[in-house]
Amino acid sequence: MSLSLVTLFLLSIMVFLGGQVLPGNVGRAILGPFADQRAVDALNHTLGVDRPLLTQYATWIWNFIRGDMGTSYIFRSPVAPFVIDALGNSMKLAAVAFVLVVPIGILGGVVAALNLNRPLDRIISLGGLSVTVLPEFVTGIILILIFGVWLRWLPISAAWPKNAGFFTQLHYLILPSLPLFLVLFGYIARMARSGMIEALDSDYTRTAVLKGLPWRTVIWRHVLRNALLPTITVIATQTGYLIGGLVVIETLFRYQGIGSLIFTAARGKDFPMLESGILTIGIVYAVATLIADFLYSVLNPRIRLGSDQ
Amino acid sequence: MSAVQTTSSPQDDTRRRSPMAEVFFSLMRSRTFLVGLAIVLFWVACALFGEHFAPYDPLADDIINALAPPSSEHWFGTDQIGRDVFSRVIVGSRDILTVAPLATLLATIAGTALGLLTGYFRGIVDDVVSRILEAFMAIPVVIVALLAIVALGTSKATVIVVIGLSFAPIIARTVRSAVLAERELDYIAAAQLRHESAFHTMFVEILPNVIPPILVETTVRLGYAIFAVATLSFMGFGIQPPSPDWGLSISSNYGMIGGGFWWTVLFDALAIASLVIGVNLVADGVHGALND
Repeated sequence: MSLSLVTLFLLSIMVFLGGQVLPGNVGRAILGPFADQRAVDALNHTLGVDRPLLTQYATWIWNFIRGDMGTSYIFRSPVAPFVIDALGNSMKLAAVAFVLVVPIGILGGVVAALNLNRPLDRIISLGGLSVTVLPEFVTGIILILIFGVWLRWLPISAAWPKNAGFFTQLHYLILPSLPLFLVLFGYIARMARSGMIEALDSDYTRTAVLKGLPWRTVIWRHVLRNALLPTITVIATQTGYLIGGLVVIETLFRYQGIGSLIFTAARGKDFPMLESGILTIGIVYAVATLIADFLYSVLNPRIRLGSDQ
Repeated sequence: MSAVQTTSSPQDDTRRRSPMAEVFFSLMRSRTFLVGLAIVLFWVACALFGEHFAPYDPLADDIINALAPPSSEHWFGTDQIGRDVFSRVIVGSRDILTVAPLATLLATIAGTALGLLTGYFRGIVDDVVSRILEAFMAIPVVIVALLAIVALGTSKATVIVVIGLSFAPIIARTVRSAVLAERELDYIAAAQLRHESAFHTMFVEILPNVIPPILVETTVRLGYAIFAVATLSFMGFGIQPPSPDWGLSISSNYGMIGGGFWWTVLFDALAIASLVIGVNLVADGVHGALND
């Protein structure tokens, strides 16, 4: 928990340095090389970039917390509505990817562990590992070719028609979520598999089997509950990865999410948009980590009961 | 290869070999490693001598034959300005195989130094530095890269520095835990009793003994560095046109994918996939050989 706050703080410093300090003279950048020096100074004063760094940082954070994310250089209107819209879209995409990958990844790991060292285990483990190491845009391109261009099952762009209903949106989101699914599948399945192997090998499992419990009960009541705890932590740590992946996927599929917002802002040097987008992502990451910690303690009796003492 | 004694029994061999030779022979027996190595060496050869066996000039356009599908003349077809895709895929390995290894080298040097320092000195410095590094690791490389490129401008050097510094904490963590274990051994106490300087103890006494985990981590990181470089050049950062780089080619051609021009992107995508998987197979083999 405290660690994700450090991450958030570091990220805010980096964003501040990258967006406000290193690019140099903001007024000059906006007005161009031929503008009058007095006009540049006046604009710098209005924007507040001639004040001490610490003051600028504090003002920036304080305004952000109050919901004032500044004005976009490109769209000449407040940043906040853009960021909120984009975040909503990204959440939809991430939700589809997670809803698909968590059960299937866990199932894959469990099946692999139950068939340890047999062909099925090899296929799941090796296959999962190979797709995990591939860049999202590479798997994305191959999936677009297969399902979008050759089979024509799914639309190749994530931009759905206006006023599309839930299922139409879902239809458009399946293809973009698949590359994220493939990367996450390997991690989740591997964690679930090793958790299962450890749990299957433990004394409590042997006891449960020896006292005559049916195999199904042993797996459900004894093995799974212990095996899946570490998997939850892995899923949470993958939110950080997921955010990086979103930038690439949303660009590839032309999806109006927070990743493509940051990317467009970076290309257009739209600093207020870029800074707010990245800081928002940092906050989402911190919250996700917090939720995961909470879930872990709820699901793990050792921690839940230990804190009562 | 003449050093191998074919007449002696395997047991004799094992006894005579140095640990280095032991690792070498274990690698030569690992099928994963050899397959991975073959793939990587193929692309390295393409990067070094590609233009000598590519059938066409990878940069020469030929508008009349633009977007031609694969044929006996152009094995992988031609792109939107008629450049031969096969030649471009062959020569396209050059930039990624320069940038990614340099980034990994930077990460390894910086990470090893950080890991030695934090593992050797421990205490408050270690606590603070390790916390900051851990927090930094949670930030995706793409985000760091976007910020750095906006602030410093895009170039291969920026990409090398960004990936190098983003990966350094991960290597530092591995080195640190190896150093912590090493630090408890008697030879360190002996070195300290001889009043060796901290620098000497770290870099001359400890470093040679933590090389195996560094080697494993470096090969793993190389796979991720290729991942990151390919992604960044797909996003238009780092490697710039007219380089026939794979990521760059995909980004300039995938807009037409709906028109069915699959050959302009598929072969580049498969090239990246094969290189990444090759490096990961090598990493897997090295890991296996050093942990036997």
